[in-house]
Amino acid sequence: MIISVASGKGGTGKTLVASSLALSLTDNHKLQLLDCDVEEPNANILLHLPMDQSQRVYVPVPRVDTKKCTYCGKCAEVCAYNAIAVIKEKVLVFPELCHGCGACSYLCPESAITEEGREVGIVERGHSGNLEVIQGRLNVGEAMAPPVIREVKKYINPTNVAIIDVPPGTSCPVVEAINGSDFCLLVTEPTPFGLNDFSLAVEVARKLGLPSGAVINRVGIGSDEVEQYCRGEGIPILLRIPLDRDIAVLYSKGIPLVEGMPRWREDFVRLFEDIKEVIAARRAA
Amino acid sequence: MKEIVVLSGKGGTGKTSIVASFAALAESKVLADCDVDAADLHLLLKPAILEEKEFWSGQVAVIDQEKCTECGLCEELCHFGAIKDFQVDPISCEGCGFCYRVCPVDAITMKDSMSGHWFISQTKYGYLCHAKLAIAQENSGKLVTVVRQNARSIAERETLDYIITDGPPGIGCPVISSLSGASLALLVTEPSLSGIHDLERVIGVCRHFGIPALVCINKYDINQENTGKIESYCLSLGIEVVSKIPFDNVVTEALIKRLPVVEYGDGTTSREIKRLWEFITRALS
Repeated sequence: MIISVASGKGGTGKTLVASSLALSLTDNHKLQLLDCDVEEPNANILLHLPMDQSQRVYVPVPRVDTKKCTYCGKCAEVCAYNAIAVIKEKVLVFPELCHGCGACSYLCPESAITEEGREVGIVERGHSGNLEVIQGRLNVGEAMAPPVIREVKKYINPTNVAIIDVPPGTSCPVVEAINGSDFCLLVTEPTPFGLNDFSLAVEVARKLGLPSGAVINRVGIGSDEVEQYCRGEGIPILLRIPLDRDIAVLYSKGIPLVEGMPRWREDFVRLFEDIKEVIAARRAA
Repeated sequence: MKEIVVLSGKGGTGKTSIVASFAALAESKVLADCDVDAADLHLLLKPAILEEKEFWSGQVAVIDQEKCTECGLCEELCHFGAIKDFQVDPISCEGCGFCYRVCPVDAITMKDSMSGHWFISQTKYGYLCHAKLAIAQENSGKLVTVVRQNARSIAERETLDYIITDGPPGIGCPVISSLSGASLALLVTEPSLSGIHDLERVIGVCRHFGIPALVCINKYDINQENTGKIESYCLSLGIEVVSKIPFDNVVTEALIKRLPVVEYGDGTTSREIKRLWEFITRALS
């Protein structure tokens, strides 16, 4: 089973929820926590697993053999990203624009282009007991997160419970992270920003055809607009976490909620049972 | 004309609340919301839209089932796994056009994608340039570039002193697009281990692109020890911590009332944000 934890807005508590959900289930399940927020991976700041395996992530970029190249310009013509240009007797490659589609090397009439790997990030893995953490880390200065997210997700073992920590937003890295999940758990807060970005995240889950449910964090700071929205849209509210300075302090120190306040463990176990019910109901329908 | 971009790495540290206050404090400026996939600044600035345009960017492959001979070449060559059973998954398709070029029976066409909208608006604080990326779309970086170009042309036309930009979270494509060529980055962080980790990475991006940075620690009193760590880390890099804002419910109260903090009250937090803005104007003069 694959559960994505997403939010639209950043800083609503995705990583707090993902880490506590994972830790609450390890007694009875083999768990994988996949940190797909590869621009800012934070899950292991809370989980503290030793990351003893790592693998670099490469995207294929063109390498031109100038002995074979006739400067015909075909490669530049077929590149949709303007990542390769031919100027007189020179071929310029702009690796950071290249998406690695492979069109230039395949279509070069002289077979003068080969693909070589360019490192854009790293995937690190560690485990302890029933819990495995797999985190992606985009190199600083790189723009494209999706290739790193794809590599992280290759480690998913569908017989486990896999929890995906999704990046904020609604664009391509979010879709790459969520796509293929069984359920989307959306974490929000009861403020106008929380509601606006939550409604966008709901649309992403719908577009991908996934059942979703809400976690409302920092209950007590704002209004009940988010609750009303959920009722209106038929989105079940599966967990409420109150505004509590002690919870914020635990998080600031890198202590998971269910370790700092063990009474929360049963709430997260129940959250998991509720998620399973929503998935089963969707499958039956 | 100076361009100030507010970034954070980690989401939810208070970027938009601070930018909305700057909107109320700065005299001669245009505002830009470059968090195009989860834009929130408009919720506080209540814009009246003057101009709205569709944003067309990128393409998606479409297979004509009548012409398709099911040879499978496109599926075999697609580097993004976007073609299965002779159908294109528009969510995985990156619009490279490789399949369109190699199809032996010309059964594939490339369709332009409508990827969102951009707006130029009037607010009581001045012009606001903003956008809405369509759900689950790519090219957020290009839409950010359009928003910045709009802001720049208004600033030049009206001879304004500042462009104040609310940036996206993370360090990837839309952040790089928001930052390149700016006069100054204000990095808003919080004293959690995640906040520190993410600050380090966004400082790395600023250095990579040669943009001077200043740091503001929001909710600094949640964890004084971590605040001290941020201060010494920044000192070691020669980056100035120019403001420390306390954890204060007034920020959320203002948000619920949809007002910039500095217009909602005149307590410590408002005074600190005013001091921060004065510091920035001096730093840029």
